[in-house]
This record gives sequence, C-alpha cells and structure tokens, in this order.
Amino acid sequence: MINKIVTNVEEALQDIFDGATIMISGFGEAGSPIELIHALIDQGAKDLTIVSNNTGSGEVGLAALIAHKRVKKMICSFPRTANSTVFPELYKKGEIELELVPQGTLAERIRAGGAGIPAFFTPTSVGTPLAEGKETRVFDEITYVMENAIKADFALVKALKADRYGNLVYNKTARNFGPIMCTAAKTAIVQAEQIVELGDIDPECVVTPGIFVKRVVKITNPAQESKLVAENRRYPW
Amino acid sequence: MVNELKEGWDVNQMAQKVALDIPDGSYVNLGIGIPEKVAAFVPEGREFIYHTENGLLGMGPVPAKGQEDPELINAGKKAVTAIPGACYFHHADSFTMIRGKHIDVCVLGALQVAENGDLANWSTGEPGAIPAVGGAMDLVAGVKTIYVITKHITKTGEAKIVKNCSYPLTGKAVVNRIYTDLAILDVTEKGLKVIELAPGLSFEYLQSVTEAHIFQ
Repeated sequence: MINKIVTNVEEALQDIFDGATIMISGFGEAGSPIELIHALIDQGAKDLTIVSNNTGSGEVGLAALIAHKRVKKMICSFPRTANSTVFPELYKKGEIELELVPQGTLAERIRAGGAGIPAFFTPTSVGTPLAEGKETRVFDEITYVMENAIKADFALVKALKADRYGNLVYNKTARNFGPIMCTAAKTAIVQAEQIVELGDIDPECVVTPGIFVKRVVKITNPAQESKLVAENRRYPW
Repeated sequence: MVNELKEGWDVNQMAQKVALDIPDGSYVNLGIGIPEKVAAFVPEGREFIYHTENGLLGMGPVPAKGQEDPELINAGKKAVTAIPGACYFHHADSFTMIRGKHIDVCVLGALQVAENGDLANWSTGEPGAIPAVGGAMDLVAGVKTIYVITKHITKTGEAKIVKNCSYPLTGKAVVNRIYTDLAILDVTEKGLKVIELAPGLSFEYLQSVTEAHIFQ
C-alpha cells in the first residue's frame, strides 16, 4: 500500500544530512513551510544550501534557520524584505554566501531541474552583471544567456490539501514555488493543512501530482510568520 | 548639474498619463510603488487584467481592513484581492507569461534610463549593499511594452535620464516610453523623442535638466 502520510515532523525530516541542498517554498511568508523549517532547526542538519526566493523575516522560519548558522549558502532572487535582518547581517560579515538569481530564472532553473533539462538559454539578465562569465548564444539575432538547472536533495513545501498518494492542492498565492520544487528534489516533504481521502481532490484539480511527493505531514493550523514577527517571537521558543 | 526645477505633473497625473496609453484588454504588470497608482486611472470603457509575478492573474484592489489574507499577496508582499475570473499558478508558469511575451505592458520605476532605452532599477552598485533583483530583469526581457514612470531628476538634483547608465543594468535597450513629472519621452532609434511636455515648460528647459540628448 502506498501511504506517504507520516505521523510527525521528526519522521518527515529524519534523513536530512549535513551539506544537503534544500529547496524551501514560499514568497515572503506566503507558502513558507514554517513548521517544517522549525523542525529542521531541531533536527540539526548544517552546512545547508538553501534555495528559496527570500531569506525570511524576524527570527522565525527561514530567518531562524539562518540565524542558527545552519545555512552555508542562499540561492535566491530577493534576499532583503521588510523585517529581514538576519541574512543581511551575516552577509555583511561574510559569514554566508549568496547566489543572486533573477526570479524567473530561479523558477526556470528549478523547473528544468525537475524536468530533466540540464541547462537552457534565457534572454533575462543579458547585458547585466548577473550574466557576467556565463555562456551566451544568439538565436534569431537575439542574445541569450545559458543557465544551469538546480536540483535538490530535499524540498520543504507548504500545501493546503494532500491525500495519501501525495497529490496536492495549494492556497492562493501560497502556491508560488511549491509545485516546481516538488519536482526538482529527490525527496519532497510537504506540510499540508488537511489530509483528505483518495478521490476527494478532483483529478482535474490536482496541482502537484503525487509522483513528485515523498512525504506528507499534517499541520492543521500553521503559524503565520508576520504575526510571530510582530510579537517579537524567536525560534526555538 | 541641474538648476532649480520647475513644477510639472504630480504623481497621480503621471500615472493617469500611463493608464491612458494602455489599450483595452491588456494584460498588465505594475511594479511596486508609484507604478501601482496606474490602476486607479483606468479610462472608462477599458478593462485591464493585472498580473502579479508571485502567481495571480486578475489581481484586484487592496482588501478592506480586517479582510487581509497572508496567502493572497502581490509581488510587493502586500495583501490584495482576486477578481472574479482570476487564476493562480506556480512561478514557472508566471514567468512563462512574462518571458514568453504574453504580458502586454509592464510599468516600472527607474534609478536611471539611458537614451538607448537601457534601464537601471535594481541596484546602485554600492559596495557592501545587499543585491536583490526579484523579477525586474525577467519583466524587461519578456514583456512586450515597457513603460517607465519616474521623477525626471533625483532628490539631490542629478539627472535620471542619462546618456549611459552608471548603475548596474536591469536590461539593455528595453524601455519603450518614459513618463516623468516633466515630459513623456519615446525611446527611438534616433534617441529620446519628446511626445509631450508638462504645461508651461519649454523644450530648452527640458533639455537643460536632461543629460541625454532629446529631440522634438
């Protein structure tokens, strides 16, 4: 029997190892799997490379993971956001690496990673500092820059609904990077607010087919990052 | 470099000028900040569909106080609403819309625009500053028409409409039209053509506050 539902976050994250590359869904707080990130802090893996659009806010979620010096390198498009202080401080001290990637290139590198495409040519960033040193080619008189796919050992993703096959549905703009990250990671680990029976999600409305998902853990009332930040909360509590 | 600046259009008037130039039925992406004001001036009888690159087509206005949903936000991470007929999608699809030339118009702010249409709007290149680019480079590379809305000069009096950008570029030769508080300028093969001057301003005055060469 296939059952991707695991009982708790510890079981979900048990095999994350030092030096792993981990994709973390979310655009700001929308779609950020905050309970899985907190469990990763407890789990203890370090020297991580994190692929995520931002670097978190306050001292909870992704920002807390960075504050605990677990992250060696960030691959992201926008490392500073409102209430984002942890990453900027470490970056200025030279204690964390940054690979800055245009947002659409980041998305496509992840998509390509999941689709078995090792690299692709894009018009984005041509003629800018972010294309320096990269191979370029001309197609139909337009210059494109080559970008490599990104693959990950793990993805931590937040969804709204999941079934035991791992089929997923997301919530509004919290979908963002979740579906492509599930495809690009060897082990995609999902926190879902609801676990539903097989067949409860209309097959026409499945957003992430279960084949891309390894484990699902139920988190009924996920914390809201901005609320925790407003309350000056810090993880571990 | 600039003498005392004469008064031109205010920000709302600039946003209204932009809105008037967007055709009915356009798919539009508005940058964060001043570009967002364009949405308040949609001319009567026209319908625009707003795209926000974090995964929503059919973005509606800001919700009423107390109705904000932290999982329904725009690219500036502010709470928004979704209109009837809206749809959500993941990031690779969102940038397929952008890079694949499906979005008609993008309105962006600028640090500098050069006379050949080069745009710098993501970094001043200051040493030690934390670089952050977001979706700006994808938008200028992929959207069919790029409008820039910006003050004509900086708060400290430096030209923003320049011969060559000194800041790191967002894209090369990507801007189609510039809306400032003093004028509307088209980027052409011959340089910047003045389409409209704010009331009471002369062409000579505009040239005196513009580093780039302009013509009428």
